[in-house]
Amino acid sequence: MSKGLYSTDKKNFDKTLNLKAIKPYGDTMNDGKTQLSFTLPVPDGEEAVEAAKQLMKKMGFDDPMIVYHKELTKGFTFFIAYGSCTHTVDYTAIHVPKVKSTTWSMEETDEFIKKNIGRKIRVIGATTGTDAHTVGIDAIMNMKGYAGHYGLERYKMFETLNMGSQVPNEEFVAKAIEFQADALLVSQTVTQKNIHIKNLTELVEILEAEGIRDKVILIAGGPRITHELAKELGYDAGFGANTYAEDVASYIAQELYRRIQEKNKNTGGKEE
Amino acid sequence: MSKLGLDFKKVKYARSLAKKIADDVQSFVDKRSTVSVERTICRLLGIDGIDENEVPLPNIVVDHIKEKGLLEQGAAFLLGNAIIETGLTPQEIAEKISKGDLDLSRVKVYSREKAEEALEPFVDDMIKRIQDNRRKRNEYLEKLGEGPQPYLYVIVATGNIYEDVVQAQAAARQGADIIAVIRTTGQSLLDYVPYGPTTEGFGGTMATQENFRIMRKALDEVGEEVGRYIRLVNYASGLCMPEIAAMGAMERLDVMLNDALYGILFRDINMKRTIIDQYFSRVINGFAGIIINTGEDNYLTTADAYEEAHTVLTSNFINEQLALIAGIPEEQMGLGHAFEMNPDLTNGFLYELAQAQMLREIFPKAPLKYMPPTKYMTGNIFKGHVQDALFNVVSIWTHQGIQLLGMLTEAIHTPFMSDRYLSIENARYIFNNLKDIGDEVEFKKDGIIQKRAQQVLDESIQLLEKMVQDGLFVSLSKGTFANIKRPIDGGKGLDGVFEKGKNYFNPFVKRMLEDERP
Repeated sequence: MSKGLYSTDKKNFDKTLNLKAIKPYGDTMNDGKTQLSFTLPVPDGEEAVEAAKQLMKKMGFDDPMIVYHKELTKGFTFFIAYGSCTHTVDYTAIHVPKVKSTTWSMEETDEFIKKNIGRKIRVIGATTGTDAHTVGIDAIMNMKGYAGHYGLERYKMFETLNMGSQVPNEEFVAKAIEFQADALLVSQTVTQKNIHIKNLTELVEILEAEGIRDKVILIAGGPRITHELAKELGYDAGFGANTYAEDVASYIAQELYRRIQEKNKNTGGKEE
Repeated sequence: MSKLGLDFKKVKYARSLAKKIADDVQSFVDKRSTVSVERTICRLLGIDGIDENEVPLPNIVVDHIKEKGLLEQGAAFLLGNAIIETGLTPQEIAEKISKGDLDLSRVKVYSREKAEEALEPFVDDMIKRIQDNRRKRNEYLEKLGEGPQPYLYVIVATGNIYEDVVQAQAAARQGADIIAVIRTTGQSLLDYVPYGPTTEGFGGTMATQENFRIMRKALDEVGEEVGRYIRLVNYASGLCMPEIAAMGAMERLDVMLNDALYGILFRDINMKRTIIDQYFSRVINGFAGIIINTGEDNYLTTADAYEEAHTVLTSNFINEQLALIAGIPEEQMGLGHAFEMNPDLTNGFLYELAQAQMLREIFPKAPLKYMPPTKYMTGNIFKGHVQDALFNVVSIWTHQGIQLLGMLTEAIHTPFMSDRYLSIENARYIFNNLKDIGDEVEFKKDGIIQKRAQQVLDESIQLLEKMVQDGLFVSLSKGTFANIKRPIDGGKGLDGVFEKGKNYFNPFVKRMLEDERP
């Protein structure tokens, strides 16, 4: 019987769940089982397998197992590996900043806007910089939306403008002013060499220079965008993978309402 | 015999409609040229290199002509006159213009015939160079052979041409037949082609003639090693569409992305500019034996693959007719489509199979380019690998020509070396295991698959009928394809379009359409 097919690893560890020290779960609490794959720049052979195992130990894995290895091209070997993670994380101490809004359906959001804001909310969106991907901005803005989640265009209470891809930041801001946008949506898909960070930062700088940063709701989106990153870069919110038009629409409606309330408080309910 | 019960009288009718649309477009093209077409003529006459500010000499020459208000005469006529007057080569003339030592507006004007005559040796040289490249490709194919269709097509995109070489050679050793060097983000909007080898790029590598040369050499080497000719792909699209085609013809590229409409829809390039540019770029590709790939697959990244399938077929029909006008034989038409059916759609696989088989039957000689799932790739690499497997099944079943391999890490990063390996392994397993399934299995009469194909054809005919009335430009401005609307005079590059004057001639078009294609 080949080694590792039926695991004979030590089983004498504590099998109770401790949220202060969690680790990966394979089939037994706290077994730490983790699956990974990587390529090393060496030819295949016993030395390569040993190197992969040693590397896994350094990564913090006990009982490293190389279950598959294959030389992809001369001098590069691919490994599929399993190991037991020795590290733990205190789950109770985790704090992740999140977009503070309740996600409503399209109808609920439209109704809320009609009742509380009393006019259409104007939203402009684009994929800025050299990024040519429109899939993100289209998913949020276009009529059809994505995977059954209708885009902002379909909402009765949003007036939208989707500028498409490769829109220079200057052009985007100029159009936003002309369009009198309440909210700006910026999508970024290409993230090689952190080009999205540079680009997103530049947009904030231009908005500040134009003196309109505080007057708009500024939102970043894309597969590599998190709310935390967006906040860090000076955005009001960030929407990453697995978020849809409803999330964005609800947020914009609630945030705009909050700002109007705040303004009313400051001005005693009178328009400035 | 159609496995789908397609009525080929309808197919013939659809083609006749597409031909009307294409002929209408061509009558527009024939009267006009663009700055990129003129720069291409410069390149084909042997003008290359950059000045001290890294401006390419073809740009310097054409900008000079434009500045002097002579654009309508065309670069060929003016260079021809300058050759008669100075006895210099086009390259030497370009260098003099660059230094400010020569002003084309002050050169004595000869007849058009004289100018053509003066250019002839340079035209001959280039025609021969491209013919020699065809011969060289044929020799390799004879000596080394090639992989069976569908060709396995993978991309490299490190940004650094030397790193791309390592990745490309590795992919060839793993079984890839075609290597595409993805271009750096944004290159399509540059109105010049950068020069020399490049090592920096975002999401891809600059298309430069030197980069073409470096990769061509690397693929010839690895081709000898693995005993298979490895084809090289780049992108004749964007504002420099015909220039890239010319560079590809000179450096023996084998495949070019070269869509008549892609730049208009997805890069917001002006439609007049693109339509004029696509003609000359296709004339070059046709003559150079380069397979063009069209970009209909992209429509389905913005529009729904089920609802908008007929727009893909419609665009395939139009791209076919435009390509025929430019002298591209059917065997060089890699018409595009994609596996982008929503995975949650019940029987989505059957619809996909129907559409792929339909294209196969309607375009029997074309090496159809089939694109993998991208829109519904989620980051769940395990499911993604299965989606790619289904895509491979449809491809071998319906005899697709060029299989752009799906990567399990699509939507995460540009492929790792190991991603490419897993992808090739997946395709080879399925292609071998299901090799003859297409010849063994027939479809139920009037079943889901047959009906779907017939429906798409009918919808395509309806759309073509409408487009014949509107013309291509108005149709595009109405959002016919990919749900994207583009105004006729909007987008980038319109200022580079001009009407040909009475002296204008392009010395390459006729030669490339009529000369021998070894």
